[in-house]
Amino acid sequence: MVEGAAPTAKPGINDTATPRPACLQPSSHKPISKRPQAYLRAPHSHSSSRTGNEIRGSRARALPDRALVNCQYSSATFSTGERKRRPHGDRKSCEMGLQLRQTFEAAILTQLHPRSQIDIYVQVLQADGGTYAACVNAATLAVLDAGIPMRDFVCACSAGFVDGTALADLSHVEEAAGGPQLALALLPASGQIALLEMDARLHEDHLEQVLEAAARASRDVHTVLDRVVRQHVQEASVLLGD
Amino acid sequence: MASVALSEAEKVYIVHGVQEDLRVDGRGCEDYRCVEVETDVVSNTSGSARVKLGHTDILVGVKAEMGTPKLEKPNEGYLEFFVDCSASATPEFEGRGGDDLGTEIANTLYRIFNNKSSVDLESLCISPREHCWALYVDVLLLECGGNLFDAISIAVKAALFNTRIPRVRVLEDEEGSKDIELSDDPYDCIQLNVENVPCIVTLCKIGCRHVVDATLQEEACSLASLLVSVTSKGVATCMRKVGKGSLDPESIFEMLETGKRVGKVLHASLQSILHKEESLGPKRQKVGFLG
Repeated sequence: MVEGAAPTAKPGINDTATPRPACLQPSSHKPISKRPQAYLRAPHSHSSSRTGNEIRGSRARALPDRALVNCQYSSATFSTGERKRRPHGDRKSCEMGLQLRQTFEAAILTQLHPRSQIDIYVQVLQADGGTYAACVNAATLAVLDAGIPMRDFVCACSAGFVDGTALADLSHVEEAAGGPQLALALLPASGQIALLEMDARLHEDHLEQVLEAAARASRDVHTVLDRVVRQHVQEASVLLGD
Repeated sequence: MASVALSEAEKVYIVHGVQEDLRVDGRGCEDYRCVEVETDVVSNTSGSARVKLGHTDILVGVKAEMGTPKLEKPNEGYLEFFVDCSASATPEFEGRGGDDLGTEIANTLYRIFNNKSSVDLESLCISPREHCWALYVDVLLLECGGNLFDAISIAVKAALFNTRIPRVRVLEDEEGSKDIELSDDPYDCIQLNVENVPCIVTLCKIGCRHVVDATLQEEACSLASLLVSVTSKGVATCMRKVGKGSLDPESIFEMLETGKRVGKVLHASLQSILHKEESLGPKRQKVGFLG
């Protein structure tokens, strides 16, 4: 399979082009073992995610009326331009883990699995900006692959604001430039927001524009994920002989 | 290490099969599973490789950074190994659970690379006592399917083969201070000679015989294993016994011979695959993780 052609000229941060569309190529990885997993590749960012389906949560933390969602975010030491010393356990990874947990607790129907634990492990293999969004998208596919009931897909995208224009899906260079960055996780069918986070200062008048750019990009991601999942289910049902 | 629960009957089945040189998946005692090797999978690194040996999935990234040579070896660069056991491999590796295994593997890698002949460290030196290249070899365990050490050593060799270190020149100006200049051409790189890099062959003792490339189930049946690090010429450079059980000195010699024999064949196939991949050039189709 040919690696998707990396966009040759991503509009620079001083371009006043229209919001760049997200161009992702996710692919649901057929499980080679029985563990549900998914691999998502955006140009220059790769992350893989796996959900656990064994019963080994701690009894003390079990909740009586719903499932406990446990997320761990880990990024490989060679994933970023500068070598990272610790793959997980540092502050940023813990914070990402908590954000992912918050996102998925909003989407997974936890009431259907009381006294259980759902583990979601996300591993970033290569990072070029938008890691939170890639993680959420990969984890959505993994949770779907595991057969865990969810309200809807969770699709995420980052957005920023430069020179009067809202930009969707920021790359590492654009994030490092220091402008405002917004991370949005959306449940596309209902338009509900599972997680919204923003750094740096942004004038309130521009917020709607940026939010709209992120939401539009998330819906584009949803189209791609939906198509991939349907194709995978179709292939699986053909194999089963239905 | 990821463990799998086996019943007594399954263990007996495996042990009896091995006695007859017939393993559960139909292999002989000295056969490897199908190995898939692909290099240059991560673009942020100086060199990378991914190896899939059955269900074992390893990703290695090599990053070359500028550093100062060690005091006792002022004319040489150095290699640093780090092994990360991802929680995706098995939930036991969540949080700090994988640290023990990671340290054990990293220490083994340090030992096998700790001799003069594996990698020419003097080629990594830029100016003695001041600047050298430090190669950070990071191993990521994506999935555990038995026989980790072999897969990791194959991946490390492939990643080092794929590593491209930029060529630098040291410029000295009038005051005597040195400046390091990077070549303008991004393709002007030095490549490491990995012919003498050893590979690890793990031999697991099951019953009276030993097997190469054990799966998780076979590892559960074996009490002791021997890790042998073998070069492409069939010379054993390093040896270590692992496992709770004990080994007879006779069996150790037999396993060593098997390890050397199997290691030579492994090196030959790996070299041919790496050269074939490189000859396809930058236009080759990359499968990456979507295959």
